[in-house]
Amino acid sequence: MTRPIRVLALALSTAVLATTSACKRETREFRGYPPSANPGSVVQDVPLAPGPRQPEVTARSPYEHNAYAVSEGKRLFGWYNCSGCHSHGGGGMGPPLMDDEWIYGSQPENIFETIAEGRPNGMPAFGGRIGNDDIWKLVAYVRSLSALDVPQDVRGGRDDHMQYKQPEQEENPTRPKRSTLPPAATQP
Amino acid sequence: MDDPRRTAADLGTDHCRRPERETVAHPTNQPVNNQAAPSIDGGGPRPSRGAASKLLRAGVLAAALLAACGRPARERASGDTKPPSPSGLVASNGRAVATDGQWVRPTGDYAGTRFSGLDQINASNVRGLRLAWTFSTGVLRGQEAAPLYVDGTIYVVTPFPNLLYAIGLDGTLKWTYRPQPMTAAQGVACCDVVNRGVVYDAGRLFYNTLDAQTVAVDAATGREVWRARVGDINIGETVTMAPLVVRGKVIVGNSGGEMGVRGWLTALDEATGKVAWRAYATGPDADVLIGPGFHPFYPQDRGRDLGVKTWPGDAWKIGGGTAWGFLTYDPELNLLFAGVANPGPWNAEARPGDNKWTAGVFARNPDDGQAAWYYQYNPHDLWDYDGINENVVVDLTLGGRARKTLLHPDRNGYLYVMDRTSGEVISATPFVHLNSTLGVDLRTGRPTENQALHPSTGKVVRGICPAAPGAKDWQPSSWSPRTQLLYIPHQNLCMDYEGVEANYIAGTPYVGANVKMFAGPGGYRGLFTAWDPVKRRPAWQLTERFPVWSGALATAGDVVFYGTMDGFFKAVDARTGRLLWQFKTGSGIISQPTTFRGPDGRQYVAVLDGVGGWSGAIVAAGLDARDSSSALGMINAMKDLPQYTTKGGSLYVFALP
Ligand code: HEC
Repeated sequence: MTRPIRVLALALSTAVLATTSACKRETREFRGYPPSANPGSVVQDVPLAPGPRQPEVTARSPYEHNAYAVSEGKRLFGWYNCSGCHSHGGGGMGPPLMDDEWIYGSQPENIFETIAEGRPNGMPAFGGRIGNDDIWKLVAYVRSLSALDVPQDVRGGRDDHMQYKQPEQEENPTRPKRSTLPPAATQP
Repeated sequence: MDDPRRTAADLGTDHCRRPERETVAHPTNQPVNNQAAPSIDGGGPRPSRGAASKLLRAGVLAAALLAACGRPARERASGDTKPPSPSGLVASNGRAVATDGQWVRPTGDYAGTRFSGLDQINASNVRGLRLAWTFSTGVLRGQEAAPLYVDGTIYVVTPFPNLLYAIGLDGTLKWTYRPQPMTAAQGVACCDVVNRGVVYDAGRLFYNTLDAQTVAVDAATGREVWRARVGDINIGETVTMAPLVVRGKVIVGNSGGEMGVRGWLTALDEATGKVAWRAYATGPDADVLIGPGFHPFYPQDRGRDLGVKTWPGDAWKIGGGTAWGFLTYDPELNLLFAGVANPGPWNAEARPGDNKWTAGVFARNPDDGQAAWYYQYNPHDLWDYDGINENVVVDLTLGGRARKTLLHPDRNGYLYVMDRTSGEVISATPFVHLNSTLGVDLRTGRPTENQALHPSTGKVVRGICPAAPGAKDWQPSSWSPRTQLLYIPHQNLCMDYEGVEANYIAGTPYVGANVKMFAGPGGYRGLFTAWDPVKRRPAWQLTERFPVWSGALATAGDVVFYGTMDGFFKAVDARTGRLLWQFKTGSGIISQPTTFRGPDGRQYVAVLDGVGGWSGAIVAAGLDARDSSSALGMINAMKDLPQYTTKGGSLYVFALP
């Protein structure tokens, strides 16, 4: 290697090193724990509980701060045809997932349950077909659609596909609202 | 000019011979002379013959006299030489003939003309049309059904949960039937949870539930007579279409072309609900009910097992070809005409070949389901153009020759005039702006695709016209034998399209495309076209802000009715298109208007509001328009609909004061 090139290479690698170490490194958990293994992980599905008020314990989603897992969740969302029913968050056969309305709750465990156990008005039960770990990745991605607790640098950027919506990164964090009955259930 | 009212007398059908039929009692004050089977009212316009026609004329006279009694003087005086609309008529063979005072099936007659011989409401007085009463169905999803009218009762079926209401002519509820379909069915219904109607025959009502059951209900009591499970939601099958009841069979077809189902048309025994035959749209000839009697007009449709050979491997097993549109029937040829929907997945790279027998039309014998001929509108369908739209049975004189034709406004944008005896395409003329094809080659019967707009995986193709729902989707057209025009409610949409890989998982969508739709040239999204099939051009055309997603209704009063998605029910002049009357309904209209004459001798017009369907899902299902791929890309074209209308679901009945 000639001298000028060697100098250039050195300068470049220092620059690369500098930039990478400047970023906040994400911690990657290699093994996630299923929510049932978390003692006391009680997530209320309704804001009404009998007796004295109990502190609500929220199951910790293992991947809310993990950009890789969120992007995996996005891939799985297409792979398992979630996108066929929910489009890219705006909904279709299924309700929108990018808005602030949640029929069955927006907590990670609510969404985990939705995916694993299905919901009565046509959400298929994917439990058994999708492993728990992948369901958690889906949970993280679904929550990133409305920027729920998923930090901006973890949320997805611009797609390689046709542009159908702004990237999750640019989504403003929402405050989840409980939806009334799902529209489909409005029946006499 | 041929008068469709005559045809019934000539045609009659074997229906009436069936011994097990119940007789329906008719109130004596009604100018109806129904006998065993009050619902038979034959096909489209056809010349009357000999004795039958003489008797018919006598019948018309009698009916006219009867009908005249209860009518206001104004009406009586209006009489020209043409007799008032016939009520009960009896043909020479003693068979009962229906009356166009009633409305017994969504398509009106078997021919699918949706033409009513009633002329009490006409172009000169329709501006006085008033709301008589309303009835709330209590269901707030897209209402696509047609209100029926039989013997003093209106019957309406709702979207999921598919309630069936019997309502008196004064608006009072007589009974409700609740089939309680599985709630999970809602998740596999591609384009809202709609139902396209109920059919009346011989004292019973027949319709389909979203979770793929067919039910027969006693029209007098609302009691269930039988129910039959015809499909399985676990493989993505639903049923949204209105059955065709003919010759003792209830013929139904499945939906689920976006879910990788295998399409079929099934005949159930009218008395018991037992399956008489099932014809698949793909697979070996034996499954498709193709036998020695099959004589397609074009050579590419001849050969063994093309329903297998025009697909790669086993792709035909999940290849779509559903049957959710309106079926029509020609009693003289004893053929029913059934459009076949799109192949699946939309991404055509997954299915090299012509993908038979999807995106075309079958002529079948309703007795055994055997195919007589087939024609493919969209071989190897690239853009979800289907072939599902109605085939209206009409006789035309073309080039000095009397032809038995079908009129078919296809999603691909061409108005097909076909020979219904053979499946030959007589003409195919664009009725909307299009660029996806360059014409239909009448020698081969194939459309010439625009290679520049060929989609493929990972490529975004822009500005394809028409868009996936086509130049016209489900919304049924109406033919007036008086004006010889076909009134087509439709849309002007184009799309950007990107093929993506499709992954088949039973019971989930199998589409493989990202789509974004938008208004076509002109900026309006809806059109209402009066098409002259002989001159092959529009007689007139109206534009609307939103796709015209309702059906059309033409009457002998030379008035044509349709509704808009922003909630206007309109009456226009059948000859000029001039707006004569409109009424603002609570919600947008995507249903099928109908008209009938009550026992009081007055003509009524009925329509349901309740926006929804594929185009209205943004309102009915509360979709989020920030994702323009929602509802298979439809939402991008419908973003402003929530500013114009909200959910609804009511029946409106109108009459002259
Ligand atoms: C066959 C269509 C279909 C598929 C596939 C599908 N969903 Fe759903 N989904 C629905 C429907 C319908 C509902 C509404 C259920 C209800 O209201 O009871 C729903 C509800 C949900 C909800 C709850 C929303 C709320 O407001 O509480 C979430 C979260 C969800 N789906 C995520 C997913 C994920 C992740 C996948 C892929 C693993 C997926 N869905 C696949 C149809 C589908």
